Amino acid sequence: MGEKIRGKAFVVGDNVDTDQIIPAMHLVYDPSDPQQRKLYGRFALSGVPVEQSGLPDGNVPFVADGADKSEFAVIIAGRNFGCGSSREHAPLAISEAGCHAVIAESYARIFYRNSVNGGYLVPLETPLRLIEHIATGTEVELDLSEGVLTDTAAGQNHKLNPLGDVAEIVAAGGIFDYARKTGLLESK
Amino acid sequence: MGMTITQKILARHAGRDSVAEGENVWVDVDVLMTNDVIAPQMIGVFESQAGSDAPVWDADKVVLIPDHYIFTADQHAHRNIETMRDFAKRKGIRHFYDADFLPEGFQGYTPCYESPLETDYMGVCHLTLPQKGHTRPGELLLGTDSHTCTHGAFGEFSSGIGSTDGAFVLATGKLWLKVPASMLFTFSGEMPPYLMAKDLILHAIGEIGADGATYRAMEFAGEAISGLNMDERMTICNMAIEAGGKNGIIAADEVTERFVRQRSDKPFETVFSDSKADYVSAMEFDVSAMEPTLACPHSPGIRATERQVEDVEIDRSYIGSCTGGKTTDFIAAARVLRGREVRAETFIVPATTEIDAELDRLTIGGRTLRQIFVEAGCKVGPASCAACLGGPEDTFGRANEPLTVVSTTNRNFPGRMGHAEARIYLASPLTAAASAVTGHITDPREMIDFDRTIGAA
Repeated sequence: MGEKIRGKAFVVGDNVDTDQIIPAMHLVYDPSDPQQRKLYGRFALSGVPVEQSGLPDGNVPFVADGADKSEFAVIIAGRNFGCGSSREHAPLAISEAGCHAVIAESYARIFYRNSVNGGYLVPLETPLRLIEHIATGTEVELDLSEGVLTDTAAGQNHKLNPLGDVAEIVAAGGIFDYARKTGLLESK
Repeated sequence: MGMTITQKILARHAGRDSVAEGENVWVDVDVLMTNDVIAPQMIGVFESQAGSDAPVWDADKVVLIPDHYIFTADQHAHRNIETMRDFAKRKGIRHFYDADFLPEGFQGYTPCYESPLETDYMGVCHLTLPQKGHTRPGELLLGTDSHTCTHGAFGEFSSGIGSTDGAFVLATGKLWLKVPASMLFTFSGEMPPYLMAKDLILHAIGEIGADGATYRAMEFAGEAISGLNMDERMTICNMAIEAGGKNGIIAADEVTERFVRQRSDKPFETVFSDSKADYVSAMEFDVSAMEPTLACPHSPGIRATERQVEDVEIDRSYIGSCTGGKTTDFIAAARVLRGREVRAETFIVPATTEIDAELDRLTIGGRTLRQIFVEAGCKVGPASCAACLGGPEDTFGRANEPLTVVSTTNRNFPGRMGHAEARIYLASPLTAAASAVTGHITDPREMIDFDRTIGAA
């Protein structure tokens, strides 16, 4: 925490489920194998229907064909992001693609938990329907400690909701580190 | 103030007299389940955090169930099953329903079990758990699959988690949970014979939307619910996640207790909501006035009655999965398909080997369910999750083209059954079977000749 993320925004709509974030056929790769783990980055958000991928115009892949990393630094989504299955490969795939923050109007709870407890990315909530204000490719700056997203060119600041009681787990880097910090687990 | 059944179970497992909505509590877990697509990631996190020699917190409370990618030539999928095998052996986990017909290092398409009665393999985790005696009223069950909410049908708290949470439970037996607010759904009236549990839950999800119960418990009650057998109650709770629910729950009764006592000798304590329990919302539905109901592409929350979509031509009918591949679902489908032929390609996938065996044991009019399906022109596959979640491209029943499918499964977001442009209509097995016969979405009332609800308790 306390850091700033700068780069391009990637915008998607409502109800982007985990099958769109990482299609089920890719769940066979072993995340503990570094080479196979990269494939999750390669196929991140590959299940989003093309016309919905990179709004408002669509037809923008989150990860370019054949690449393992995304050129986008922040995902901006509508309601119920990450609904569907419990696969932790979803936040893992986004994180492997090099994107460590999502800003959505709301999340499905398992995706939210997985993002926080697995320490993959910071799931932030926005009170404003940002997908109607920011287009894919817009340069943004996300100040994680202040909870503010800035549209750099427009000079416009958008206040995000506070993380609340998961902030400590996010700061610790995940549930295992949090449990060690709070004495529930012995230190390694 | 009174507590709901969900609050009471969480309080008991947190060692507390009471808990309030919104509180974070550390709970003790009674059963942890994982399957073949999640186990490798969970084991990886467990071994890197706790150490590869670390014991699991309680080997008898861990249940390993390969079910997702079983019948395929995908070598990674085979390796995942071997990873489970190795872990079960090293950690002394005896509740492991191994795909024992898949030899170590096997190359090529998985051979099928010879007889469903002679294998350790069961199939879909959410049916394996109750059928093998791992579900009991009042307990707390977590599983690394979103449809783990199914087991609320047994009057317990059950919910889906990810692999890091799973690894944490594996190491400690504990997890933090936020106490959800409860929504009460009361289904009253007499259940007409042309309706099934799927119609009821699709109606409710359509009412609140695909995120209408996010972070909340969905408690189901009323005479129409108590009139259902366990298969049908599981259909209801299974779909709670399709409205975003943290858990679905139905208070246990004598129907539940009879089922559980036949399969588990562990003691359990049944828990009920207080009459003054606090609900964030309460909705009541009269089932006698309900119509056969579907969810349209591409969300379980887009509701339609059969009459609104009956012109839709279909390419395929699919009857299977944890929510739609149970014995009751196949009895329903067979009642429709008996003596008829399907016009649309139709796939039948029993959830577990136990259900597979029932296809040969149960008869209608002197024909076994399997004979009825085969004579109607259906393709019957082995027990597994199969095409419900697409899976590898060679998966039985997978939509590899932009087909229109009527399916008894639980989810129809883009790409769920394979092709991103496949159009999936979710429906009851009665509607799926009737539609298979005509080739377009069809009201089962046109084809049924029975007057008793199929899924009656």
